[in-house]
Parts: sequence; C-alpha cells; structure tokens
Amino acid sequence: MSTTQFLFAGFGGQGILFSGKFTAYKGLIDGKHVSWLPSYGPEMRGGTANCSVIISDDPVGSPIVSHPDVLIAMNLPSLDRYEDAVVPGGIIFVDSSLIERKVKRTDVTVKYIPATQLASDNGLTTLANMIIMGSILKETGGYDEASIDAALAKVVSARHADLLQYNKKALSIGAEY
Amino acid sequence: MADKVLMKGNEAIAEAAITAGCRFYFGYPITPQTEIAAYMAKRMPKIGGTFLQAESEIAAINMVYGVASAGKRVMTSSSSPGISLKGEGISYMAGSDLPGLIVNVQRGGPGLGGIQPSQSDYFQATRGGGHGDYHLIVLAPASVQEMADLTIKGFELADKYRMMTMILADGTMGQMMEPVSLDFDIKPEPEKPWATTGTQMKRPHNIINSLSLVPEELEQQNFRRYEKYAEIEKNEVMYEEYMMDDAQIAIAAFGIAARVSKNAVNEARSKGIKAGMIRPITLWPFPKEPFMKAAEHVKQFISVELSMGQMIEDVQLAEQCRRPVTLCKRAGGMIPSPEMVLAAIEEAAENGGAL
Repeated sequence: MSTTQFLFAGFGGQGILFSGKFTAYKGLIDGKHVSWLPSYGPEMRGGTANCSVIISDDPVGSPIVSHPDVLIAMNLPSLDRYEDAVVPGGIIFVDSSLIERKVKRTDVTVKYIPATQLASDNGLTTLANMIIMGSILKETGGYDEASIDAALAKVVSARHADLLQYNKKALSIGAEY
Repeated sequence: MADKVLMKGNEAIAEAAITAGCRFYFGYPITPQTEIAAYMAKRMPKIGGTFLQAESEIAAINMVYGVASAGKRVMTSSSSPGISLKGEGISYMAGSDLPGLIVNVQRGGPGLGGIQPSQSDYFQATRGGGHGDYHLIVLAPASVQEMADLTIKGFELADKYRMMTMILADGTMGQMMEPVSLDFDIKPEPEKPWATTGTQMKRPHNIINSLSLVPEELEQQNFRRYEKYAEIEKNEVMYEEYMMDDAQIAIAAFGIAARVSKNAVNEARSKGIKAGMIRPITLWPFPKEPFMKAAEHVKQFISVELSMGQMIEDVQLAEQCRRPVTLCKRAGGMIPSPEMVLAAIEEAAENGGAL
C-alpha cells in the first residue's frame, strides 16, 4: 500500500514531460497504477514546464501533485516555487549546474547532481533529464535494467531507436554519480 | 496491465471514436482539446476516413449535420467558447433528430476565459446550450479509460435514440495520461432507414429538416421527443457510488472533481468520518435515485465543482431538499484541492454532528 508522488519541474525543452512519461511507463510496466499530468498553460510556451506523476499500489485518485514525495528541480524558479511543497522526509533532486543555491529545507533528503554539466561533458547535451533520472531510480530503488529497457522502448519512438543507447548511458551516469 | 498503453484523455477519445466506426471528424483547434484534432488528422487519412479542419466551429458543426443526415457516425470536438459557437447547429441537429458525438473539453469562462480546466459549462450541456426544448445525453468521464469507454457508449446511445451525445470533460481529463485498455467490444451499428442516402427510385424521400411551420405538428414533434427523453431517463442513467453504504456526509462530484474528492473521502474515513461520494456519469439524465436513497442516512450533501455552483441545483432537485446541500468550489480554471474538500467534510461533520 504505497504511493509515490513525483513533481518534475524546469524549463520547456529540458525533457521535463519526457522524464515524467518515462517514470509513468516504468510504473505501468512494474504493475503499478499510474497517472501523468502536464502543465499545459501559457508557461509551457517557452517558460517553465512541470508535470505530476503518481505511482501507486492503489488506483490513483487526484492526478494533481501538490505535495510531492519527490521533487525534480531543473531550474531555480522551479526550486523556489516548489521547495516548500515537498512532504517532510521527501527527496529533492537538484540540477546543481543550473541552480547555484542550496535547498533551505532541513527535513528532506537532497541530491545535488550537476546534470547539465555531466551531460555536456559526456556528449549527451540534451539528456540532463535522464542523468537525473538515473539518480532517481537508484535512490528510490527502481534501477532494474529490464523494466528500464521496456520503459525506454515505450517513450523513445522506433524512428529514434538509435537514441536508446544515449538514454541508457545517461541513466547509468546518473546512477553512478 | 501489460495490454494497457499510456494515452492522453484527448487521444483516448479519438482512438475510441475510430474504433467505434467514426470515419468523419470536423473541428477547429482550441486548447485544451487540440490533441483530438491532431490525432484524427494523423489517423483518418490512413483508414479511408475524413479529417477536415473547418474554417470555423460553426462550419464544423454544420458538416457534422450533413454527415449525420447521411447516416454515418460523425463527431466534432471543441472547448467551451467553441461549443457556444456550435450552439445553433446543435439545436438544429436536435430539431432534426440527428445522432452524433460532441466533445467539450471545458476551460474556464465566460467569454474567451482561460485555458485551464473548468466545469462551468454544466448548465449549457445539461439544459440545452442552443434554443428550443431539447436535451443532449451528457456523459462525464473521470478517467482516461472512461474517456475512451464513454466515447463508444456515446456513439451507441446517439444512434439508439437518434440524438446527440456530449462528452463533458475538462482540461485535466483531456491532458492527463493514464493506462488505458483499447480492447473494446463494439456492437454493430444499427440500420438507419431514415437517412438521406438516395432513394434509388425505390422508396419515398427521407427528409431531414428542423423547420416546421404548423404549430400543431411542431408541438407533436416536441411531445414525441420528450417521450423519448423519458425513456432515456428510465433506462440510461449511470453513476458510481463510493463508500455510500453508511455515509453520513455525501460528496456529489463528477470528472476531475470526483478524482480529487475521492482522496478527501479516503482521508475523512481514516479520521473516522463516515464520508462517501456519488459520482454522476450521466449528467443528463441526472441520477436522481441514488441521491433520494442517500437522503435516508446522509446528514449533508456537498457538491464539489469547478464552477460557481451548477450541478448543486440538480443535487437539490434530486434529493428534493430533504438534506442541506453545500458547495465546495473553485472557478476560472482553478481546481479544489483534496485538503479543501476534506475541510468541507470536516466542517459538515462538526455542524451536523455526523461522527
């Protein structure tokens, strides 16, 4: 009987919705109930983007995440906006190459990952999101190759199958950081 | 759950419509339902169907009128301001007894309003929207699976009763993704001997028309239509009851409001408050009976809505004001939080001594 509520937040173009979709598909493949809800307002047109993902053993009630167990902040406005909303004991993943400040909360676990820098250093410029995802999977106990492969196959379209290897590389960089 | 795919609610509607045999879609883009049109644009040409982006919503609904007259399954979709534009055509279709599916993925209003989710077209959907005495069958999905299932049901009901069905969704239902099974059991389409498909010189002309200048005849048409509506009210009501057996406080909510309220009911139960929920799935015909029955043991009803309070009137009519009905609302594109609904339940529990 457990439910994990994720909130992914950052700029449009950072793969926020993609990360959420990967998480939801992985949950589905793992036999969980899942929901995925994007922001679709004016902010997604060139500003901040966020999406709510819920993975649960029970049917999902409200698909809206207002108090995440896991916050992924990929830019400063997102950390500013959602830091206080995280449940006590929750986890915040911070892209520390883009967010210079530290998390103020002392009742949550924080993982600082210089994801954008790591992506750039490894020739994976657009995959900072999946580097953080590698860390999320490791920290939340879901780094299982088989279900990762299955979920990637769902979210990376067949026509971009050549990108699978880069996604997997990004995940492993994040998991090992 | 391996056979399920993740889909947006809007995409689930489009896929289900195609599966139901709909080969004609006419629309005009508007947030938050544009994915329906996009999906149709991609799929229809591949299966010999017609996708047409009309020059306006008014043009689109009149194209729906045309295809419906010819007896084929047809649909259009829009969001609130676009549905208002279609109002004239919807009334004409009602006056001509034409079947078809209209999807309204609601956004905040009035006017152009905003693009965030809303339920403030409840009156428009359940009371008409266009002019004249008529009803639409109005279905309110509360999950992506229901977006698909009720689309299929919508086509079936439309054909069965020769009238329009509306899917009344909202921005959240349209945009969210959930696992959905696309394994549908499709019944064969009924014959439509009334359709204007050409006489081949073998039968009298079929006439599709909403103009009737003899008042005695027009009155009879209205009477016949309302006999049909009475039959629908008897046969087609759908609702879900959640923890209602011993409930002392009952939420009334549909769509996204019901999803949010479910969390609040669970939370209230964990605090020992006997809360439950009645979720209308058909908004017209409105499920009166479960409310009347609940009034036996419920101390208070709470209507949870993304509007200034519209369905609350149907709740009051349904339970004939035997118990108080309060309103828990957000408007303009805002959504009540589970905490807000829980607070309303707790207040009701304190006031009504329902513990």
